[in-house]
Amino acid sequence: MNDEVSVKNKKLGRKLAIFAIAMFGFGYALVPLYDVLCEWKWIERDRPDAIKAIPETAYAIDVNRNINVEFITSLNENTPMVFSSQVPQLLVHPGEYHTVNFYAENKTNKTMVARAIPSFSPALTSTYFEKVECFCFSEQTFAPHEKKIMPMRFVVNPALSADYKTITLSYTFFDNTETAVKNN
Amino acid sequence: MSAVTAEHGHDDHAHGPEKGWLRWIITTNHKDIGTLYLLFALAMFFVGGSMAMIIRAELFEPGMQFVDPKFFNSMTTMHALVMVFGAVMPAFVGLANWMIPMMIGAPDMALPRMNNMSFWMLVAGILLIASTLFMEGGAPAGGWTLYPPLVLQTGKALPFAIFAVHLLGVSSIMGAINIVATILNMRAPAMTLMKMPLFVWTWLITGFLLIAIMPVFAGSVTMLLTDKFFHTSFFDAAGGGDPVLYQHIFWFFGHPEVYVMILPTFGVASTIIPVFARKPLFGYSSMVYATASIAFLSFIVWAHHMFTVGLPISGELYFMYATMLIAIPTGVKVFNWTATMWKGAMTFETPMLFSISFVVLFTLGGFTGLMMSVAPVDFQYHDTYFIVAHFHYTLVPASVFILMAAGYYWMPKWTGHMYNEKIGQLHFWLSAISVNVLFFPQHFLGLAGMPRRIPDYAIQFADWNMVSSIGGFIFGASQLLFLWIVIDTIKGGTGEKVSDEVWEDAHKHGLEWTLPSPVPYHTFTTPPSVIPCDHG
Repeated sequence: MNDEVSVKNKKLGRKLAIFAIAMFGFGYALVPLYDVLCEWKWIERDRPDAIKAIPETAYAIDVNRNINVEFITSLNENTPMVFSSQVPQLLVHPGEYHTVNFYAENKTNKTMVARAIPSFSPALTSTYFEKVECFCFSEQTFAPHEKKIMPMRFVVNPALSADYKTITLSYTFFDNTETAVKNN
Repeated sequence: MSAVTAEHGHDDHAHGPEKGWLRWIITTNHKDIGTLYLLFALAMFFVGGSMAMIIRAELFEPGMQFVDPKFFNSMTTMHALVMVFGAVMPAFVGLANWMIPMMIGAPDMALPRMNNMSFWMLVAGILLIASTLFMEGGAPAGGWTLYPPLVLQTGKALPFAIFAVHLLGVSSIMGAINIVATILNMRAPAMTLMKMPLFVWTWLITGFLLIAIMPVFAGSVTMLLTDKFFHTSFFDAAGGGDPVLYQHIFWFFGHPEVYVMILPTFGVASTIIPVFARKPLFGYSSMVYATASIAFLSFIVWAHHMFTVGLPISGELYFMYATMLIAIPTGVKVFNWTATMWKGAMTFETPMLFSISFVVLFTLGGFTGLMMSVAPVDFQYHDTYFIVAHFHYTLVPASVFILMAAGYYWMPKWTGHMYNEKIGQLHFWLSAISVNVLFFPQHFLGLAGMPRRIPDYAIQFADWNMVSSIGGFIFGASQLLFLWIVIDTIKGGTGEKVSDEVWEDAHKHGLEWTLPSPVPYHTFTTPPSVIPCDHG
């Protein structure tokens, strides 16, 4: 192979390597891009960090429609807690306010910081599921072996399309004690 | 130009291969490295195959018989990783190393030292991932897609698996850079782009795919690593991340990745079929454009792997239609192969038999893919044995069969010996029948609702699982015939003297057949002036 070709090869090789490195960066660029696409509703996503308390407004109650709201509770990996909903499901009319109590218990001898992350199925309903009060809005601190009844007050916005007859709301408790200690 | 070569320093083994075993460690010769890649891939094919045998043995009957569920899950995960990154991809890189310089009239690959390094990094990567089998907590068991949060529950093996993926990624990126540089810079002056054999074309496109996607995969597993050990929250819901994001990034890599395994397959099929049909390839330029379109489309269809995660309806529709679109260029290819055979003077030697069965069975796998592209229907098929049947049809009787065909087709050229045609045909018929006994019933299981990646199953799935397992055992055992043929051919084969063109009139179809058999250690130190390929 003569020198001229060899130089050309090295040049092209370098260019392609730079392309590869740029694509590594592109992989990371997909992260903010994903957030933007979610914002634009190109991708549906529950935004746990975007769920905020909504002031209680009076909606016209649509008594002709029934929506079955199901509650699922789970614990992430090794979170040492007991966590359950006091009702497994609830039949609601759009526009009607309800309060559901959740029960949580710290099973350890230590103070624990935990956060419940909600998830909706179908994801699209999350925008119409308005919470006035929820234990999931912030991290919860549990004293050793503390038992808590935590209320969640919500309304299904009547603007939700009549196609949706069941909403499944799942809460997962994550043990954030370690991270909480690090941040303070 | 050969005189120039001799004077210039770095070509210091111009007198033939190094003596002794060190030759295989330090070689920068494209043929040696091609051989290393191919033999390594063959070894990994048997390693990954043994894992599949464990899976099929456990699934032979309902209930737990041989392994515990954790190990079973490790087997499905490792089988996929070994077959994809250890067998199919390296086998095609090996073919590229051997054949591309000979097909385009180049003396060697563009970056020979990097070529050596990329092979040994592949070996290191595979050894690293194999070592996780012996670690506390076992090998990764969360599926080859490594979805969080499940994969984060892997024991001590997680960082090793991730570094192995990094090594394999760097290795294939280097291999791809080398191949692209070789094709773009090293062609004989008379070898214009539109005269290149299709195998070279498909690899040029595959090379670009690899350079574009492997870094993205490396990025996604790096995010897993930092999520697990450095408290980032890319995919961790507690910190505001989203596990679904991983699936998007993974499949942005993963979908083009499956074409990395199928495009060179198309290339080899387009090379072999015209020779045994004794006709030029039908629709050469449409083949090139179809390959390029498939590669382009592969980047914009990834979410069809995730129809069930909760995409907006517009997203489901977009990914559904975009995925269906792939059937068009793929159909162009299938019709071109068929048209090439149409009224050809066909003979049915082993490479041709494997190629024809590839056309038929790949089309079948393509059709089930088309079924699953329909988003509402996919909700039924998702994560069942139907998808298992689908991708095995596109990988085993497609990619693997074509790799077998390539082996039979070029082995006489590489070794100078003819393989045993009788055993070759026996290998083909046993493989072609058993592969269908193995995978076809999995369609029924999937439609009946049997989920994938489970070690035990409900009693109603028992019969077809047993049939599938029997097919699996026969298929696995038949591959030993191929191993025998490879060893036998290297040792001398039938003893028949093979001519330079090996197959009748093959010299019309590719430059490699103008070289002596076996091929000398150095070829085309002077670029050939006449390009014999006549494709329509």
